[in-house]
Amino acid sequence: MLVLDSFEYFAPTTVRQALALAEKYRGRSRFLAGGQSLLPMMKLGLASPNVLIDLNRIKGLEYIKEAGKWIRIGAMTRHNAIASSKVLAEKAPIMVEAANQIGDPQVRNMGTIGGSLAHADPAGDWGSVLIALRGLVQVTGRRGSKLVMIDKFFVNSFTPRLRSGELITEVRIPTPPRRSGGAYVKLERRAGDFAIAAAAVQLTLDNNDRIRSVGIGLTSLGPTNLRAVKAEKILTGQLPTAEVVEEAAKAAAAESKPVTDPLRGSQDYKRAMAAVLTKRAIMMAVSRARGGG
Amino acid sequence: MSARVITLTVNGRRVSCPVEPRKLLVNFIRQDLGLTGTHWGCDTGNCGACTVILNGKSVKSCNILAVQADGGELLTIEGLAENGELHPIQKAFWENHALQCGFCTPGFIMQAYWLLKQDPNPTGEVVRNMLSGNICRCTGYQNIIKAVLAAAKEMR
Repeated sequence: MLVLDSFEYFAPTTVRQALALAEKYRGRSRFLAGGQSLLPMMKLGLASPNVLIDLNRIKGLEYIKEAGKWIRIGAMTRHNAIASSKVLAEKAPIMVEAANQIGDPQVRNMGTIGGSLAHADPAGDWGSVLIALRGLVQVTGRRGSKLVMIDKFFVNSFTPRLRSGELITEVRIPTPPRRSGGAYVKLERRAGDFAIAAAAVQLTLDNNDRIRSVGIGLTSLGPTNLRAVKAEKILTGQLPTAEVVEEAAKAAAAESKPVTDPLRGSQDYKRAMAAVLTKRAIMMAVSRARGGG
Repeated sequence: MSARVITLTVNGRRVSCPVEPRKLLVNFIRQDLGLTGTHWGCDTGNCGACTVILNGKSVKSCNILAVQADGGELLTIEGLAENGELHPIQKAFWENHALQCGFCTPGFIMQAYWLLKQDPNPTGEVVRNMLSGNICRCTGYQNIIKAVLAAAKEMR
């Protein structure tokens, strides 16, 4: 039977208490959100905090609400709450589509969007979706809160832009305008596994059917979730013809930085899949922006 | 590190028990509560054999600490039968031969229980999706899906 290393455990009920504890145990503590990555890592000895600060007793960090031009999602919102959110199904269905592809139902009942982002796994799904949506991460520390663009949030694999003692408290996405569509297309070895590769695309068409704006995020295709900058440039201002979409998908593959994974495919295979998945996601997003499924 | 006393409701019964913070919920259920119907399978969060219902949601009890259940409401496979009568899901598993070795069964049944609370009339596809976090190594999936659909019909 697997026994975890000992640790001290605290279950604060406010963000302020949680931050005070993190400061007191600076460098030796970890925040526990849904625990669906942290606990498995502790079992494997990949993480062994002396102090665990459980965020699950904090009230007011689980919400999804529309506020002005933004949709605001509390950091402790479970994947399953996102999967069943009416607001998101209507305004940003890519969030619902992605939530339903994370882990498995039991994992989605516990796992949180904030915890997943803080884990900064390049195979994580939320990073790519937020890149596509151009989302923001609210980071709170003892001195207050700041908003960080998702593009600046991932420093490296498993390294978020969070200083010791800082906490994600909210995720914000700009509410997509009309004639918008998105898709998250993920390739897995089997249901519930990490992505071999995945592509998130969110775009808006103008009245002439040209792509007014587009965001493309890639999963498991580099040291962090990546933005396919060149592919976005190729699409912007263009009609989404088969040729343009093909060119963009090839560009996304070229700018991806996959590494060979002994379990989930070689560098070449992943790069080839980057093109396929990006192409599918663009085509689905376009179809949805036009009002189709 | 020192143990702390947690209090929770287990299958309708109030329980207080000292636990070390590092103890996983699955081990607390099996060792401290003696409820060995919840199975400890892969210990990696993959297999779903340890699925229980905590505060109305299905969770993998190897991926949660016992202290996190403090003040909560826990339902395990032992809590399903009432007055010696098997729960309709248990009956359906029996009648549809939805188990061979039986190791994965408690997890499947608890996940099916949660699923049918969410969606009393699921399609076969929904059942497949919602059971995707549970693994059966006797390859009995077809009969498991049949059993869950049969239970759904019975419970409606």
